[in-house]
Amino acid sequence: MSENEEQSEEKQEVKRERRKLIPDKVAMPHQDPIERGKNFDEVALGYTVEQALEEAERCILCPKPPCIKGCPVEVPIREFIELIRDNDFVGASRKIKETNLLPAVCGRVCPQEDQCEKVCVVGKKFEPVSIGRLERFAADYERETGEKAVFKLAESTGKRVAVVGSGPAGITAAAELAKLGHSVTMYEALHEPGGVLIYGIPEFRLPKAIVADEIRALEDMGVEIKTNVVIGKLFTIADLKAEFDAVFIGTGAGLPMFMNIDGENLNGVYSANEFLSRTNLMKAYEFPEFDTPIKVGKKVTVVGGGNVAMDSVRTALRLGAEEATIVYRRSEEELPARIEEVHHAKEEQIKFDLLTSPIRIIDNGEGWVKAIECIRMELGEPDDSGRRRPIPIEGSEFQIPCDLVIMAIGTNSNPIIPETTKDLELNKWGYIVTDENTGKTSIEGVYAGGDIVTGSATVILAMGAGRKSANAVHRFLMGIPEPEPETEEGKEQPVN
Amino acid sequence: MAKILEKRKVRPDVYYIRLDTPDIAEHAKPGQFVIIRIHKNGERIPISLADIDPERGSISLMYMTVGKTSTELSTLEVGDEIKDVVGPLGKPSHIEKFGRVALVGGGFGVAPLYPIAKALKAAGNEVVTVMGARNEDLLLYENEMAATCDEVLITTDDGSKGIKGVVTIALEEELKKGIDLVIAIGPAIMMKFVCKTTEPHKVKTWVSLNPIMVDGTGMCGACRVSVGGQTKFGCIDGPEFDGHEVDWDLLMSRQQMYLKEEKEAMELYECNCAPAS
Repeated sequence: MSENEEQSEEKQEVKRERRKLIPDKVAMPHQDPIERGKNFDEVALGYTVEQALEEAERCILCPKPPCIKGCPVEVPIREFIELIRDNDFVGASRKIKETNLLPAVCGRVCPQEDQCEKVCVVGKKFEPVSIGRLERFAADYERETGEKAVFKLAESTGKRVAVVGSGPAGITAAAELAKLGHSVTMYEALHEPGGVLIYGIPEFRLPKAIVADEIRALEDMGVEIKTNVVIGKLFTIADLKAEFDAVFIGTGAGLPMFMNIDGENLNGVYSANEFLSRTNLMKAYEFPEFDTPIKVGKKVTVVGGGNVAMDSVRTALRLGAEEATIVYRRSEEELPARIEEVHHAKEEQIKFDLLTSPIRIIDNGEGWVKAIECIRMELGEPDDSGRRRPIPIEGSEFQIPCDLVIMAIGTNSNPIIPETTKDLELNKWGYIVTDENTGKTSIEGVYAGGDIVTGSATVILAMGAGRKSANAVHRFLMGIPEPEPETEEGKEQPVN
Repeated sequence: MAKILEKRKVRPDVYYIRLDTPDIAEHAKPGQFVIIRIHKNGERIPISLADIDPERGSISLMYMTVGKTSTELSTLEVGDEIKDVVGPLGKPSHIEKFGRVALVGGGFGVAPLYPIAKALKAAGNEVVTVMGARNEDLLLYENEMAATCDEVLITTDDGSKGIKGVVTIALEEELKKGIDLVIAIGPAIMMKFVCKTTEPHKVKTWVSLNPIMVDGTGMCGACRVSVGGQTKFGCIDGPEFDGHEVDWDLLMSRQQMYLKEEKEAMELYECNCAPAS
């Protein structure tokens, strides 16, 4: 998406029927790639007013915009872009917030290339409109004015809802329920609310001050946030059911996965979750100012190809690694990370060892990592996921010397809630089984959404699930019948 | 936030604190632990429950001042608040009527054995405690254990009290008399040798492992231990495991991961804290 950014925007004059369209997106200003590898400041600096206006002009304001359907929370994209064009930036941000409480977050971390921008009509011929960057611009503009968005809250229904987990799914569900007039209490296991936005996504991609602002907005809506509460341990779902009228579970991604290869428990082998939590949540990069330590590798190998892998490898670089390498078993085409993150990583001199799979981690004789042994892969026939299956090439084993290995290969479900919630139906992987349209679980009055239902996915999909469940919880609480199946929740929101 | 209700220095380097945590006190079970963070720049450290008192709405912790965080914690006084206390975490000890149970405590590991001893007694077991220390002055919780258990055997390295030697000597004698279950809590090296002692007798031996943790809810995997050749997470699969299956060398190696940083933080702290002379 951003590979062509630096190309001249004026190199082509392309005529459409009624007006000229600039073929390329307005380039996003960035911190210098080498310089930023040494700090944790944000990489992408955001559009200026002029850049935003120029990009907004690229939108052709389709009468039936497909982009809105491409968005899991159906942001009124056309309307907010029109507001930007009219120089009403605060209005644009508030328009987005009608369906998405976290535009400053989504504008930064959504995989737009697979969602709204994928179906953009302009994108059929040129680069699609940079909806994400415009979203971020509007949200940042509003935040910087210091004017708080005031949400219209419905009259109190007297109903109480517990939201378990304060990540994207929980935040969205809590906000929607509060807007609908319900009293919401949100529980967070860690000492700080925000879930993956706090512990997972690094500062250089999503400044924590932005997350803190979004959390404050939630509190302004009357949502009560209780940190340091592990549901399933301190209180069970049954306890919550007894105290609240409904429960939403959005506990997110669970246990880090490992490969079960030799040497995986050596010192110097981290899960991405641990490496990122130490850095982001615990601020280990400011050790000893902050008490949590982290190992800074000279040569760091990160196993995996998703956003979490990119976040890990770029964090390792910023912590001081001299060489940071991604090892991924498929090819570049299959990298699940956002294109922009891969692009940024490459700009920062991150090495990519693609079509490569680890087979063991080698001990230095003192319990620490010395190297990772890998084998080269080639792509065979497509597998269940539709991607071509990587097959090891015999005899191609080789070693990558390194002192830190970070496993970023996904997560398994967390068992804490299921262990103390007997009637909660789970699928064979341990994720909570829910009704697709409502997020209803096997227990009446208990709903779930986000990664604890789907397994590792994206912020925006979790938000979409939170929103869908909130609407279903509302109907449940108010005795409103479920709409016919196939009817989408999004239709309740204005779509012009 | 949890207010410190009571604080005792039980040894020059070991403290006992009782915290105002009504919800945790109501739901915690013997064998579980909490994670605390003492201030906004603090690290998260796991500490076993040394007592659970639902009536008074409090839990008790015992800790040794080994590094910066524990030393800093020891400067907090009654009435002060600990910023974050989360729990109960981990699986509770399995309590049922086993028969004659031996509890083996090393150092301040005897503290978490106390609530377990009470529960085992309540379940109808005969409970024998073996507790050891280098010398008499370093023994902890002796009176509490004596009041709870059927028998308390003391070992000291220098023979200043009880049997001269290490806990395994006293345990060996008890095993000969007949023991149905052993639970050992203490330094990894002690637990390892307890397991070596019980193995020939084929007596089930539970140990409570104390790997490094961050979140304590399974999310990070810092606390991986190897049990029966399989990787387990100390925080959610444990902290108690079958001691005969534990890879002790791995546990001890992983516990040392941040030795350098711990030393650095401690030196800096002592330097900043040193009274002006």
